[in-house]
Amino acid sequence: MKQAFTKKMKRETGTAYLFLSPTLFVLLLFIIGPIVFAIFLAFHKVQLLGTMSFKFVGLDNFVRMIDDTRAKIALWNTLKYVAIVVPCQTMLALVLAAALNAGLKGEKFFRIVYFLPTLTSSAVLTLIFMWMYNQNGLINRVLESVGLPTYNWIGDPDVALNAIMIMNIWATAPYFMVIYLAALQDIPDSLYEAAELDGANAWQKFWHITVPYLRPVTSFVVIMGLIGTFQLFDQSYIFSAGSGGPNNSTLTVVLLIYQYAFKTLGTMGYAAALAVALAIIILIATLLQRKLSKEESLY
Amino acid sequence: MKRRTGIGKALLYVILVGYATITIIPFLWALSSSFKTLEEIVSGTISLIPKQFTLDNYKQIFVEQELFPRWLFNSIVIAVSVTMLNLLFNSMAGYALARLQFPGRKSLFLIILAVLMIPAQVTMIPNYLILKQLGWLNSYQGMIVPTMVNATFIFMMRQFFINFPKELEEAAELDGLGRLGIFFRIVLPLARPALAAQAIFVFMGSWNDFMRPLIILSDPQLFTLPLGLNSFKGQYISYWNYIMAASMVFTMPVLVIYAFFNRYFIKGISFTGGK
Repeated sequence: MKQAFTKKMKRETGTAYLFLSPTLFVLLLFIIGPIVFAIFLAFHKVQLLGTMSFKFVGLDNFVRMIDDTRAKIALWNTLKYVAIVVPCQTMLALVLAAALNAGLKGEKFFRIVYFLPTLTSSAVLTLIFMWMYNQNGLINRVLESVGLPTYNWIGDPDVALNAIMIMNIWATAPYFMVIYLAALQDIPDSLYEAAELDGANAWQKFWHITVPYLRPVTSFVVIMGLIGTFQLFDQSYIFSAGSGGPNNSTLTVVLLIYQYAFKTLGTMGYAAALAVALAIIILIATLLQRKLSKEESLY
Repeated sequence: MKRRTGIGKALLYVILVGYATITIIPFLWALSSSFKTLEEIVSGTISLIPKQFTLDNYKQIFVEQELFPRWLFNSIVIAVSVTMLNLLFNSMAGYALARLQFPGRKSLFLIILAVLMIPAQVTMIPNYLILKQLGWLNSYQGMIVPTMVNATFIFMMRQFFINFPKELEEAAELDGLGRLGIFFRIVLPLARPALAAQAIFVFMGSWNDFMRPLIILSDPQLFTLPLGLNSFKGQYISYWNYIMAASMVFTMPVLVIYAFFNRYFIKGISFTGGK
């Protein structure tokens, strides 16, 4: 009896590893291996031409960041982008979800329309917006017609990053809206009914029931937002044709990593160090967010 | 939330309709521009209806720009292969983690969860060097193999299989089916809703991906659409009519898929996103 049992266990283990083999292969070769490799690279100078070679340079790559003006600009741009985009898209997503959840007619139609940007690739969205941001384009024309100032959205260093922010808030908020919608459906009606009996108005119900109830989801949305915004790349790359211009105004950390890794020679190790640093920053930001949202829920 | 005042209702409609307008206008504007002549485009009119409706822009990108159909083909081959492989491998992994007893089960699950959180930028450079060493730069397999499993969806499939009724499997086992038979003939066909949601997201992810092809592919023959579109923009810098036509061709397949699988979409997001 005992033997049959172990035989079955052995067979089950075999099947399990058979089922897991493609996953393990990719995990080891393209994810875990590369993570170890990335840390190794961060402490080396990489020679790509001819036979690949690595020279140990200790902390040089990390020390170099301190004097790198472009790295500072990229980090500043990225932080500014994160600090503005994450709260805006989260609030917008929440408001849209609450409005959609109010049981009005045409909810299905709105859902489909709102979802369009989520479906569309970042490359296409960026091109459409560049077309609208043209000096002579739709957005300036509309601003002009209502008497507002127009901008050189793509060419003016003071405006270019804002142009990308506007576009991405617009594109990402509906995605998070869907997550909020799913959560909204779980709020028991009885809570609202009780509040109504106490004479709460719509705003009070939203602020005192909906928002607190959604706190765990908000925490999730903010963390996903942080991770996503810290990794801004496609839009800046296409917007500036890979340069991060005008005048480094759309240069993000990931775009800088890309440039050092693949566009300039001999800086791949430095790029890897920047990538490791970015991963640490993202990790700290998400941990911080978690801590903050936990403390908040004490009140 | 049922009874509302007239003013409240009106305000909600203003929000909903206003935002719907903001969402839809860029797409309508791009679509209408793709049917306009270059002359009308440069004149800077903001009418949504083309003065002179033309299909020349579409003709131009498919006929004159020989590489465009090739990019479309590359994108389809890569996105379809990646999707099929993901469906199979993520389900297999998710099933093993949910249902089978084996040493290392718990730690493997934790590793997969941890991997979910690593930003792609960290693995981007080493991945490039590994693919270079394998001779897989500029190849389909270089695009497909590293993305043929996805930790997010392994996790999603595991959750799905944990809630899956065990009785069906036990009945199949009594009928003499082995584990493989049970999985492929009983479990997988019943997992269709989860697979559909996954298929849409994986397909979209691969179809829309910009960074990976940018790094791995340098031969224009092998470009996928996002990359092709970007190089197209460099080449036809002020021919926004062509660029918009190409953008529309690129967007259509995803919209069609969405129209068919709309309900799985929402389900998929609450699956991957929610709790």
